[in-house]
Amino acid sequence: MKGIISKLNKAFESRIRLGIMSVLVVNEWVDFNTLKELLDTTDGNLASHLKALEEKQFVKMKKQFIGRKPRTSYQVTETGRSLFTLHIEALENLFSNQ
Amino acid sequence: MHYKVLLIGITMDTNTKKIEDLKDIKSMMERSSRFLSLSGLSGISAGIFALIGGFIAYFIMDMGKIKYDEHFYLLQPLPFENVLLPLLILGSSVLILALGSALFFSMRKARKQGMSLWGHTTRRLLTHLFIPLITGGFFILILIDSNDVTLVASATLIFYGLALVNAGKYTFGEVHYLGISEIILGILAGIFVHYGLVFWVLGFGVLHIVYGSVMYFRYER
Repeated sequence: MKGIISKLNKAFESRIRLGIMSVLVVNEWVDFNTLKELLDTTDGNLASHLKALEEKQFVKMKKQFIGRKPRTSYQVTETGRSLFTLHIEALENLFSNQ
Repeated sequence: MHYKVLLIGITMDTNTKKIEDLKDIKSMMERSSRFLSLSGLSGISAGIFALIGGFIAYFIMDMGKIKYDEHFYLLQPLPFENVLLPLLILGSSVLILALGSALFFSMRKARKQGMSLWGHTTRRLLTHLFIPLITGGFFILILIDSNDVTLVASATLIFYGLALVNAGKYTFGEVHYLGISEIILGILAGIFVHYGLVFWVLGFGVLHIVYGSVMYFRYER
């Protein structure tokens, strides 16, 4: 019983982080602007959450140049994917156990 | 035992939030990976244009003195000027009107949903749709060029069905089943070649209208 609670990962608690991870696990590479539009948030807010997830190595980033414009895209790492899957399972178990 | 009490205590407080979290995760996965602005009305209007086109095609062939036997069977080769050319023009007009109305209704739906029509899901959907579709288009041009028109109706339905099955992974799941139905009709059209136009009208007209109505009443009302 205790295990279920502890599997709920604190790193995914914010709405934005939950959103970022949800989008990244079902897509290959997603660029910053697409994420911003999907999550309906500001540049700064999104950037800081992405940075936090990157520091924990849940997501990785790549920068490309399309013409002269830089484009930053993100992809989920293996660690990020498995921890996020555990997080979803923990959420689901919470309800099926009641 | 008191773990369980503790657990229930904690979950009571956070229950609503967790349910919201799960819902959010599901909707984000959907929204980010599938093209959801495809409107049922697009299907209905494409179907209506196809029905009208089918009836006009029937008269073009009739007036060009193309005699079918008792079952619409085209005798070949087709005279170019009064049959093949009008049919090609008719076909292209139906295609443009159908695509135009699909675009119109999708734009309207996207605006209502507050999503932009042109995103990475749109690009992905169109790529997967058009690879089999354009292949089919070239193949059919080859058939017409070699004066082998008996299987044109069958080929249009089969390639269109394959295109839909391929694209179905990136939009509503129902598109997958529409594709399967088109493929089955296409195979039947190949077996009963005498009824090419009938199968064509069933596949592009009736099926689209049925699919569009189901989608409209299921998701948009």
